Amino acid sequence: MEEHIVIIGNGISGVTAARHIRKLSDKKITIISAETDYFFSRTALMYIYMGHMKFEHTQPYENWFWEKNRINLKKGYVKQIETKSKTLLFANNETLTYDKLIIATGSKPNKFGWPGQDLDGVMGMYHKQDLENLEKYAPNNKVCKRAVIVGGGLIGIELAEMLNSRKIPVTFLVREDSFWNGVLPKGESEMINRHIKNHHIDLRLSTNLKEIISDENGKVKSVIIEETGEELPCDVVGLTAGVTPNIDFIKNSNIEIGRGVKVNRYLETNIPDIFAIGDCAEQHEGIDQRRPIEAVWYTGRMMGETVAQTICGNRIEYKPGHWFNSAKFLDIEYQTYGWVFAKPRENEAHSHWKHHDDTKCITVCYDKKTKLFLGINTFGIRMRHEVFDTWLTEKRDVDYVMNHLGEANFDPEFYKHHEKDILSFYNNRLQIA
Amino acid sequence: MSNKLNHSMSLAKPDAVDISNKQKVALAIGVIGLFILTLALFNTNFPNKALFLSLSLGLISVGIIVYSRDAYLTKLEGIKNDGVWFKSISSRGIWGWIVGIILTTFYIILYFFPKYLGLGTNGTENSGLIGLFDPLSKLLSGRPASQWFVYGTLYTVAILAFGYKFILKYRHNRYQQIRTISVMFFQLGFAFLIPEFMYVMNNSLPYYDLKSIWPLNYYIFDEWSVKGFLSNGNIGLALILFGIISIFVITPILTYKFGKRWYCSWVCGCGGLAETAGDSFRQLSSKKMSAWKLERWLIHAVLVFSVVMTTAMVYTYLGNEKNDFWLTKGVFIALVIGFLTLVFAGVMFFKRQELGKDAKYGAIGFFATIGLLLIMHFTGTTEHVFFVKGSALRSAYGLYIGSIFSGVIGTGFYPILGSRSWCRFGCPMAAILGFQQRLFSKFRITTNGGQCISCGNCSNSCEMGIDVRHYAQKGENIVRSSCVGCGICSAVCPRGVLKLENDSMKGRINPTEILLGNDVNLMDFVNKK
Repeated sequence: MEEHIVIIGNGISGVTAARHIRKLSDKKITIISAETDYFFSRTALMYIYMGHMKFEHTQPYENWFWEKNRINLKKGYVKQIETKSKTLLFANNETLTYDKLIIATGSKPNKFGWPGQDLDGVMGMYHKQDLENLEKYAPNNKVCKRAVIVGGGLIGIELAEMLNSRKIPVTFLVREDSFWNGVLPKGESEMINRHIKNHHIDLRLSTNLKEIISDENGKVKSVIIEETGEELPCDVVGLTAGVTPNIDFIKNSNIEIGRGVKVNRYLETNIPDIFAIGDCAEQHEGIDQRRPIEAVWYTGRMMGETVAQTICGNRIEYKPGHWFNSAKFLDIEYQTYGWVFAKPRENEAHSHWKHHDDTKCITVCYDKKTKLFLGINTFGIRMRHEVFDTWLTEKRDVDYVMNHLGEANFDPEFYKHHEKDILSFYNNRLQIA
Repeated sequence: MSNKLNHSMSLAKPDAVDISNKQKVALAIGVIGLFILTLALFNTNFPNKALFLSLSLGLISVGIIVYSRDAYLTKLEGIKNDGVWFKSISSRGIWGWIVGIILTTFYIILYFFPKYLGLGTNGTENSGLIGLFDPLSKLLSGRPASQWFVYGTLYTVAILAFGYKFILKYRHNRYQQIRTISVMFFQLGFAFLIPEFMYVMNNSLPYYDLKSIWPLNYYIFDEWSVKGFLSNGNIGLALILFGIISIFVITPILTYKFGKRWYCSWVCGCGGLAETAGDSFRQLSSKKMSAWKLERWLIHAVLVFSVVMTTAMVYTYLGNEKNDFWLTKGVFIALVIGFLTLVFAGVMFFKRQELGKDAKYGAIGFFATIGLLLIMHFTGTTEHVFFVKGSALRSAYGLYIGSIFSGVIGTGFYPILGSRSWCRFGCPMAAILGFQQRLFSKFRITTNGGQCISCGNCSNSCEMGIDVRHYAQKGENIVRSSCVGCGICSAVCPRGVLKLENDSMKGRINPTEILLGNDVNLMDFVNKK
């Protein structure tokens, strides 16, 4: 009898692990999810509400794929993990035994104890059920006269874009004094502020939520703003102030947890034969300059690949390469390679170029003394992942990168190129500095 | 709270997205233009045809232009697909079906019952819809309109007006704009005006749209056509030579350099209509594995059929005796078989690995074709091909493939099957170009390392039904033969993962999964199967 691998969570991490285990072995595989029957791309949920795609289009594999590849799918909510007997206990009291267990349960939206945070019409934007809720409370701008979004990150701006697509007025409350400026350098963050406002989204910076007010039916009626005491009438409140690992059901087991499930570099927990990957996994110490918990699609996928190797007998460390990420702010695409911190650290300098149309900019980060190239943020210009990965590995200096930026350009044909402009900006700036 | 019964996001459509007042006015203007055409269709005799024709086409164009300007110029530049799956017309809803049925009916009447459109027979004058177009036709070429002239005019107006809409929709994307201008130019000039002017200059020349290449232009080697060319001295001879050179020289060279997109999405009229008027329906093409399997069988079957049919046609009007003309039946059939063998041997020798499993099907197709040709040669009498008269075979091909498949299904079913179902399942030209693209072309869609989030926007908007995401999420370049290089997958990708490129042949196909970001050693391991 082949070993039974059970994976809790059918997101990108869990599914990648399952696919690679199947590639490498004949083990019995079961994926458990309480959210949906089939794997879908969580990052694409927004496009369903916007009408670009239907839910089935966000499912990367056709429904026959799972049976053909002998990956069992089980719908159910795991309530308890009995590590001694290697048994899972479900909310409906069913049980399932495993030989090896992979926890890939992802995240859930943060709630900071705001009064009224559990009212009807208040939701995160993470699960498929959140989308269903949104469709219920904000189907159009007649039912939902105004929506308020709390939290200035990637999910918040996506939710703003979603509501905007149905012409629902949006007020966007951001705690910081500029959008996502904990991550983005000043020039970039300010450019995005302007871009948000150009879309007629009511962006309020340095603004906190005090409480959410209920109507007589237990549904949201308005929100109160902390700083001014202003009451904003609204029909929907989106809470998008980050995510936390979704691990409540593990708390009364003997698996070690911190904020997430604690894992070593082999993605192993403190209990043999139990692994954790993706958003819910927490490294004892951040790898390289990464954070211990990385709620990012790409790292989830890489962990899935890695854990599959370990489970199939090639015990291997999780070694993510150079950091990269990407996003889209309404109409502006963003990519980042290497490290560009919001504020340059002591030894670092930024070269920030911005196009006069206010939708394109790049920031290059380098070491002031050695001129070592450390990373790049690019907005509105597509760049080639492979090229930057190579340059970072080869430890190129910033002059080399600036002079060869054209090689990394990934924009469609016939697009205007800005490399010359960027280079001369960089050269002039150096002379002044 | 909403009182709607069904709040589901995907099973039932949310509330229809309203259009603005300006758009309502634009819609009204366009419909009045269409109404004039409808009146003409029901045999209304307009006093001043030139005026009413201009009015009708003008109002339709103005309606589309005003509507598009309000739809796109009132918003910031960017991807504008909001609500395509909510709108009845673009999600196979009731409006989609109504439009599909109207279009299909129009095609059936156009192809098979032109007299209902008012085509004058036996010297009688045109009336009704075709009669309305007489002034324009007389202006351009001096002869009365035919049903094909009416069709050509409406086709051109559609490409120009909806091309304008497309340019506005993608005004942040120069690739899309330039490509659309190219398609509009080739339709207006090469497909519409030049053939008319050629008629004015030399009215015994057969109609020849210079950009239409065999086997899409399946009638170019028909007896009447070849005779028509040959009876016109040097111009005719030059045209027929150009036709042959297009197939054997120009097409392979351009496809090598740019992929089949130089034709399918920069020049071709069928593609042009799909990209402009059909843009609202591009998301409807099926991405299922089963559709892909059907596509591969169907399109190659059409190709084999068109090769055999053309060979048979030419064969029937060639002589047996060397004295008449060097190209006899025997020589011709030997040339065709020789050429096919050369192509087949070349592919097997140089590219066997790249084709893999498909090579087997290719071999079957090849031997079937050769077999058919030989049987034809040795069993056929001069007039008969497979016991069917050659001309009957040709007209059957014209009927089933040329009209029903390309027109009635290909365009009439836009709102049901998506905008390129003809290009995808039926076009023999697309099959040949695709074959060239797959085997020897610098073209590919490059995927950007490990940045794909499997969102599915690329696959959703692929009009050729390619599951682009399947490749993108593996970091694998896309070299599918069906890709027409429209570039919309690249445009809609929210992470900038896809790019259409002409680069060296080396490293074009990378079948192993390259997911950047992981440790290099791990990736080596993953790549070793």
